[in-house]
Amino acid sequence: MGLITDNQSTLVAPAPRGIIDPNTGKPVGSNDPYFVSINDELSDKGFLVTSTEDLITWARTGSLMWMTFGLACCAVEMMQMSMPRYDVERFGFAPRASPRQSDVMIVAGTLTNKMAPALRKVYDQMPEPRYVISMGSCANGGGYYHYSYSVVRGCDRIVPVDIYVPGCPPTAEALLYGVLLLQKKIRRTGTIER
Amino acid sequence: MSAELQALSDHIASSLGEVIEDRAIAYDELTLVARTEEIVRVVSFLRDDPQCRFVCFIDICGADYPAREKRFDVVYHFLAPHHNRRIRVKVQTDEVTPVPSLIDLFPAANWFERETYDMYGVLFSGHPDLRRLLTDYGFEGHPLRKDFPMTGYVEVRYDDGQGRVVYEPVKLNQEFRNFDFLSPWEGTDYVLPGDEKAKA
Repeated sequence: MGLITDNQSTLVAPAPRGIIDPNTGKPVGSNDPYFVSINDELSDKGFLVTSTEDLITWARTGSLMWMTFGLACCAVEMMQMSMPRYDVERFGFAPRASPRQSDVMIVAGTLTNKMAPALRKVYDQMPEPRYVISMGSCANGGGYYHYSYSVVRGCDRIVPVDIYVPGCPPTAEALLYGVLLLQKKIRRTGTIER
Repeated sequence: MSAELQALSDHIASSLGEVIEDRAIAYDELTLVARTEEIVRVVSFLRDDPQCRFVCFIDICGADYPAREKRFDVVYHFLAPHHNRRIRVKVQTDEVTPVPSLIDLFPAANWFERETYDMYGVLFSGHPDLRRLLTDYGFEGHPLRKDFPMTGYVEVRYDDGQGRVVYEPVKLNQEFRNFDFLSPWEGTDYVLPGDEKAKA
């Protein structure tokens, strides 16, 4: 069972084999034309040519630090998204507790009148370029509390919002999809201040 | 259970006398109605009497009955862990008559009384710091009163010119909808079972 080993050799874990495509018998993606051409170019010339804009937006989408602004039950789904099951860090989307070092704010939950100045203050502390994901019905438009005396009817009255994620609360997949849409938006409309 | 509660109720009534204005047992719960100015005496008796020992302070809440002359109920809940027994004490008051504070008996009453003041505007005499607890800074009105409009009076918005969050009178883009599932053309006046007092 591996407990008693042959004491002549060191115990070594076997090397991972990767995911083998049953049709070709080779690892998945080994014949993807995009990666093959990049691989050829790199092995041929030793460098890659791209535009700085592509490079910068690529770097931006790959290291989005999100700030945890959990206000209500949506925050639980936001935690789920960052936990190992959905593992948003594989997209370079990592939690950061300080607004001064983060790029994205996820407004997760009911924004009340009393919280609104604090939310705006935190948003103002974030460095440019900054993005906002509005998560859940309450943040999108007041939701269940739309007619309440104490709730802001949509967090876009306080901060400019890039992505709206619907749901009450949205599932972790839905929020993950919102994150991917935000990355797509950055790739599509990424601007560089000069 | 009910006999025990009845015995306890009789014991409290005979010890306190006139101060207990009414008492009732419903759903295996004992409810006392006490005279407002004597609430401190009632609660200290409930806490210290060996047959009561309601030493655990659970909650204060309010209720608004606009039709009544003394429109507010202030409802106290206590737990006696020694006897595994609970009790509810009610007093009545209006907008201007203060209720004696229970802070000297139970320090936990501090924030509950602030909350009751915040939500209903019930005043408490002898409270060291009777400020609002939950509502916004500078909030006007008491939201759980029946005559408070549900959408309130102000809403907030970020003003780019001033660079801060500003307050404005409420302007609803979508009118509040009273759903009537019975007829799409005319409103009906049907009463849901258990909801008879909603209109009163």
